[in-house]
Amino acid sequence: MSDSKAQLREFQTEVRAWMQANVPEPPPFLLPLSFLEVGTEQQLDFLREWQHKVWSAGYLGMHWPKEYGGQGADPAYQGIVDRELGAANAPIMFNTIGLGWVGPLLLEMGTDEEKAKYLKGILSGEEIWCQGFSEPDHGSDLGAVQTRAVRDGDDYVINGSKIWTTMGNYADHMILLARTDPTAERKYDGLSFFLSPMKIPGVDAVPIRKVTGEYGFNQVFFTDARIPASTLMLEEGKGWQVAMKTLEYERGVQAGQGTSHWAVSIQIDDLIDDLRGFERDGEPLFQDPSVRDQAVTLIMEAKALALSQRRMRLSGLTSDFPMGLPLSSKYRGTEWARRMKLFGTAMQGASSSLYIGDSDAHRGGFWQRAYFSNFGMTIGGGTTQVQANIIAEHVLGLPK
Amino acid sequence: MSSLVGSVALNFSEEQSMLLDVARAFVRDKSPIDQVRAQLETPAGYDQGVWDEMVALGWTGIALPETVGGSALGFSAVIPVVEALGHGLLGTPLMDTTLAGQLLLRAGGAAQEATLAAIAAGEVATVAFLDGADWGAENTGVSLDDQGVLQGAKSFVGNAQVASHFVVVGNQNGSPILALVTRSTMSDDAFTTNTLIDLTKRSCRVDFSGVRPEQVINGEQVASAVRDYRLMGALLAAVEATGTGARCLEVIVDYLKTRKQFGKLIGSYQALKHPTVDIYCAVEDSRSFCYHAASIIEEGPLSTDAETACRMAKTSAGDMLVFAGDRAVQFHGGIGFTWDCDSTLFIRRAQWTQQVFGDAIHHRKRLASLLLD
Repeated sequence: MSDSKAQLREFQTEVRAWMQANVPEPPPFLLPLSFLEVGTEQQLDFLREWQHKVWSAGYLGMHWPKEYGGQGADPAYQGIVDRELGAANAPIMFNTIGLGWVGPLLLEMGTDEEKAKYLKGILSGEEIWCQGFSEPDHGSDLGAVQTRAVRDGDDYVINGSKIWTTMGNYADHMILLARTDPTAERKYDGLSFFLSPMKIPGVDAVPIRKVTGEYGFNQVFFTDARIPASTLMLEEGKGWQVAMKTLEYERGVQAGQGTSHWAVSIQIDDLIDDLRGFERDGEPLFQDPSVRDQAVTLIMEAKALALSQRRMRLSGLTSDFPMGLPLSSKYRGTEWARRMKLFGTAMQGASSSLYIGDSDAHRGGFWQRAYFSNFGMTIGGGTTQVQANIIAEHVLGLPK
Repeated sequence: MSSLVGSVALNFSEEQSMLLDVARAFVRDKSPIDQVRAQLETPAGYDQGVWDEMVALGWTGIALPETVGGSALGFSAVIPVVEALGHGLLGTPLMDTTLAGQLLLRAGGAAQEATLAAIAAGEVATVAFLDGADWGAENTGVSLDDQGVLQGAKSFVGNAQVASHFVVVGNQNGSPILALVTRSTMSDDAFTTNTLIDLTKRSCRVDFSGVRPEQVINGEQVASAVRDYRLMGALLAAVEATGTGARCLEVIVDYLKTRKQFGKLIGSYQALKHPTVDIYCAVEDSRSFCYHAASIIEEGPLSTDAETACRMAKTSAGDMLVFAGDRAVQFHGGIGFTWDCDSTLFIRRAQWTQQVFGDAIHHRKRLASLLLD
């Protein structure tokens, strides 16, 4: 049963007022733009406290059952909270792998014991989750996972390595895809899925320094790490099935996430407003004809992207290439964002040369970092170049 | 929603959908590429029989009131028809006639009923706007003297060769006016035909000196109507270019799927594949901008939102077609360098389109004022 529009509107008013009173002032250090970028204890503590506050107010995992820390409400309520978090430019809900992927997965496939053990910690931020799927030699080919899990009494003994593990160095738990049967006929049938502890002997997370100079990713090494056999989900050999379900949550194909507020969205308005204070040739930046021309081009792209989102719903205007707009939205959106952030970086005169750590850096080096960081979007989840191939082949029908 | 992005209204009405289907089928039938080529070097540049059928379909009166024989569907209903014409490279006076009608309607209202009725019935009308080559100038150089006679000439008057009615943008003692001139009051030697880069289009330099207009429209609404005419002209040019760009993309994709080099279909090479994807995305953007503009364009004076939308549409579609036409020639290799390759038609149309009603730089300059100041 969904609640009435009036109730939802009333709730929105309440949430908006709460945000006004509770969204924290920006701290003296840069916050991560997304959950992929939590790189310091300072950032972690700040975000953990903020998530805890939102959860304590009853605004997180609102549609998760009450017994596990949720509110048992209609999903529409969380949607309202997420929109208000975005509108208030609030810091992110950083425990994304828990909130977005593990939580819904456990609610769908987990045992009562697993739900009772893990869900509340995910919401409160007390227990951080990471994901152990990718491996150094098998970027996105999950079926080829080599990390071994060998049953030994009440434990599994884990050996191997995972890479691009977001928050691996802070996490309490990992969703771990490991090979229990190297002899299985189909490689997928040899995989198993564990809710593995991280703070145990034999697990070492080594932070990977990124192009931004910051951290966030890790390589995780397992060396004879013993994890309880009770952390196995379903049974041995079902790992592929669980991993695929997890990816549905990761890609947003499935609903049920504790929140969708996992990244700061940067609008073109932020860019233009933020650059107004700069000068060029002794005049305000946006009096320069060439700068104006480039700014208009970026604004037009932002509008074209927004119009595309609208057009996807008008079948009469998409019939020539029915899948064209959705299949090109990552290609367009992430590249536009990269160019916008590059513009923000480049329009600061000599200050463009400053970076995080310099007290004179404009907004602490916000645009510089945002530009570098955006490569995570144009590379992760299928690079721009792979996206172009996908559009060429699946939309235009060009040969492989 | 971002305030710089502004309105993202986008509708596609039943009427638009129906007109798009009908117009696409009509153009496919009447304007195959050999028919387009057959008209390239004829004086009028189109087939009278095809024009008569377009008139019979009611396309000259789509945006005109019922009182003058129009169907009062609004300017937004013209968009799918012009898109289809662009797709078929079908050069007819529909755009010029439609815009002349809109200019009269907006400037003169009911007083122009006779001319509007003639337009709805299929008589060709055109706006004589440019004094020279500058789309950004005021272009009111032709003046009406104290004897009620025009002095001065106009450039690039679209379809002037076949027009029965001219709406001349000029001035009287410095104030903008519209002078309504009929062909029968003019001599043949007033017309100098342009040799255009796009052979599907026609225009003339027309000397109106000594001509006594049938009617003169003056007053405050003239400047506003001329402003709207320029914006709606930019939009129609964008819409036509969007259709042409989609066709150009089809031609490129067909060639990339059939032509083999070094033992492989050339469409499998990323050096050709990726720019083709960019053409596709640019065509989609242009189409979004055009139908967005169509969704918010008003019967009365155009709002700032509508102005923004028209300018963005022209900027987007103009740049898109220049890119698409340019790449079409290049991607066809040796054959692309020949007259017989259809990419010739697209690259030439692109050069005509990019300038008409102001190029991308012209519109971005004005968008900057609308968005940044």
